[in-house]
Amino acid sequence: MEGELAHIGAGIAGLGTGIAALGVGNVAGNFLAGALRNPSAAAGQTATLFIGIAFAEALGIFSFLVALLLMFATG
Amino acid sequence: MADEAHSEGGLSFHPLDQFEVTRLFGEGPIAWYTLTNVTAWMALAVICIVLLLVVGTSKRAVVPGRTQSVAEMAYGFVYTMVEDVTGKDAVKYFPYIFTLFIFILISNFLGLLPMSFTTTSHVAVTAVLALGVFVFVTVLGFVKNGPAFLKLFWVSSAPLPLRPVLAIIEVVSYFVRPVSHSIRLAGNVMAGHAVLKVFAGFAQVGFLIAPFAILGVVAIYGLEVLVAFIQAYVFTILTCVYLKDALHPSH
Repeated sequence: MEGELAHIGAGIAGLGTGIAALGVGNVAGNFLAGALRNPSAAAGQTATLFIGIAFAEALGIFSFLVALLLMFATG
Repeated sequence: MADEAHSEGGLSFHPLDQFEVTRLFGEGPIAWYTLTNVTAWMALAVICIVLLLVVGTSKRAVVPGRTQSVAEMAYGFVYTMVEDVTGKDAVKYFPYIFTLFIFILISNFLGLLPMSFTTTSHVAVTAVLALGVFVFVTVLGFVKNGPAFLKLFWVSSAPLPLRPVLAIIEVVSYFVRPVSHSIRLAGNVMAGHAVLKVFAGFAQVGFLIAPFAILGVVAIYGLEVLVAFIQAYVFTILTCVYLKDALHPSH
């Protein structure tokens, strides 16, 4: 019973990873929209782009970590 | 729990086994002075860094050869990052920041070799790195600015009744910084390697599935090379941002 609940919990935690993908796409898409309007200013903001992507992706990784721990490390 | 489910006749692989810390020689409990696979791979990372940076640039040729060119590229990359993000007066902290960058980069890359061990996939290792950054930045902030460092938490652009609430939120988020700093790196690297193991485990399901599993492993491996570099870059640039906050606290 506990094993099955852990697996269900891992599946729900996997949803969090998918939602983080939305966040990362949001950041990258907004950067692209701005960069195509003002290409010369875009080169100076690539650092900000990577920091934004890292912050959004980190939370998805936390959720993936929860899923992995539930699946393979018995919670 | 997971073992019983796996021995029922499903896939029997354990992708998190690759992160286990094991002794190199002998038996017995692992103390802080034991030689483990973690220490061995960290020593190997240091040797690789010394070979790249010290031996690679020992010729000091004006027209650089290959190794010297790579070492100079890494140096220039982090130097421009520190200069742009933190400012010219922070260049004296460049050795520490470059050490962080090159150690994380080489550790991540070494972990990509088959049958190897990634030291930065353990929260223990990255937490020490992040804590070092946190202590360094906080102490530096108080040394350089004195009590005016606390201006970082007092949001003067907000209405007065709101400022105590925001101050509490700012203090909490300041202390959460090393937590997210360490877990970001450890989680990214560990998740990548676990996914690699899981995809490789799919190859034992069937004869027809195996080629697609191998292609999946190759694709994830490419992503992991990119992630190894990006995570080292993000760790370093966040260190630079925190250092800038400490040297010039403002809100």
